[in-house]
Amino acid sequence: MPVTQNTAERANFLEIRHLKKEYTAGNPILKGIDISITEPGIVAIIGPSGTGKSTLLRCINRLIDPTAGEIIFDGADLCSAKGAQLRMLRRQVGMVFQEYNLVERLTVIENVLTGRLGYMSAWKAWRRNFSQDDINTAFDLLDAVGLTEHASKRADSLSGGQRQRVGIARAVMQNPRILLADEPTSSLDPKTAVEIMELLERFAEEKNIPALVNIHDVKLASRFAKRMIGMSNGVVVYDGPPEGITDEHLKQIYGGESWLV
Amino acid sequence: MAGINPNQHRGNPFKHNWLASAIWLIVVCYVVYMFNAMDLSWGRINEGLGHAGNLLGRMVPPNFSRWSLLLSGLIESLEIAIIASICGIFISLFMGLFAARNMMPNWISTPVRTLIALCRTFHPVIIAILFVKSVGFGALAGILTLIVASIGFIAKLFAEAIEEISLKQVEAIRATGAGFTSIILFSVMPQVFARFIGFSTYQLDSNLRNSTMVGIVGAGGLGGTLFSAFQRFDYDFVAAILIVIIALIMFGEFLSNIVRSIFR
Repeated sequence: MPVTQNTAERANFLEIRHLKKEYTAGNPILKGIDISITEPGIVAIIGPSGTGKSTLLRCINRLIDPTAGEIIFDGADLCSAKGAQLRMLRRQVGMVFQEYNLVERLTVIENVLTGRLGYMSAWKAWRRNFSQDDINTAFDLLDAVGLTEHASKRADSLSGGQRQRVGIARAVMQNPRILLADEPTSSLDPKTAVEIMELLERFAEEKNIPALVNIHDVKLASRFAKRMIGMSNGVVVYDGPPEGITDEHLKQIYGGESWLV
Repeated sequence: MAGINPNQHRGNPFKHNWLASAIWLIVVCYVVYMFNAMDLSWGRINEGLGHAGNLLGRMVPPNFSRWSLLLSGLIESLEIAIIASICGIFISLFMGLFAARNMMPNWISTPVRTLIALCRTFHPVIIAILFVKSVGFGALAGILTLIVASIGFIAKLFAEAIEEISLKQVEAIRATGAGFTSIILFSVMPQVFARFIGFSTYQLDSNLRNSTMVGIVGAGGLGGTLFSAFQRFDYDFVAAILIVIIALIMFGEFLSNIVRSIFR
């Protein structure tokens, strides 16, 4: 990693170049994605199911290995990173999941603390030796998402909305330089969905970092997003402000028009 | 009601299965034949019951006069069981993890699974004889036998428990940048720990029982004492040993209940 960075480089949060992914050879799901994230705030990624939105996010933190392309993050190429370097980069990328993916048998506060595992040796992790700073931060975050009184409950006793708040707290616990959220509101009711989006927006602002959010609900997306990326068939077909999205674009992204009212 | 014609004949939907009946008939005939072939007649059973009554008579009252011999055998059995359980469970933790196909690539899991399968191929008596012949008489052979038996049983169960976990939780911990060991500690272990405790206490129970057996082939413990008492027709001492074994097993049950309630 470079020791010195000029301001222009630092503002370049994430740069995806010609990203390709094929699960079976000759059948690409991502067909050359170019996205450059230079501003903090929510970036909504919309598109029909199966178009590669989840794959795109999982390529960014390398839960999935891309087939070709570059992902420049923190001055390094994530696509070629391996072992310790990959984990160092990955810990700076916080991820929020559609089905929350909390460790159900751990308590709420333990789940939040797992966000620090990337910063700890296995020996410290084995002894549950979290630093006092980490423990304080975890309780502060739990406070910020409004779950203080649930700290010592087991994660599987929470409701969906509460679990997603824990998921967000865990991601922010990593002190990330970027947040990824894969359909964070799809399993939630409309009111809770808005609350979750507000929370993501708030943390993105507080930390001055971008949050890439895969989302199905176009209205909800345009309400919170500073920038919208429309994907269809593995390519980016729209990239710009939410106001710029027209019915024509939506037809192109999702196909058909009977759903547009 | 319209459409119902009571005069029309319809077959019973519960069909009679002639093949099944034929197979049942064959099984019954074979069982009757076997009883005859092995001379399991009433006369033979009566004769056996007479012997059994005689044996029981000589067992009462149990003779505890050689209690020091009994106690040293008991302690040796207990130690064999506990040492073998601790070592066996510890080794099985790793072997179970390496054998889990959702955690390890095939080139690791397949050989480990084969090794585990090998451990459960032979009955503990056969393994005990092999160890007595290879490392000599005494407790070491018994401990090694029960370690092998433990691995064969719980490493397989551990592996199966790990294969049933939710990978979503693993994915989430991986996404935090955690290393492999931390991923195991914080996303795999919480999901399987309660079941591991269950399997382990069951194995401790089973090892206690088997530790009284391995002595019969010379691998240490109470079994040896029992066997020589049988050979010398000291049936009252045999009765005393059997009572002690019952007490040992009940103590094991009590112990595993405590362990289970602690880790609930």
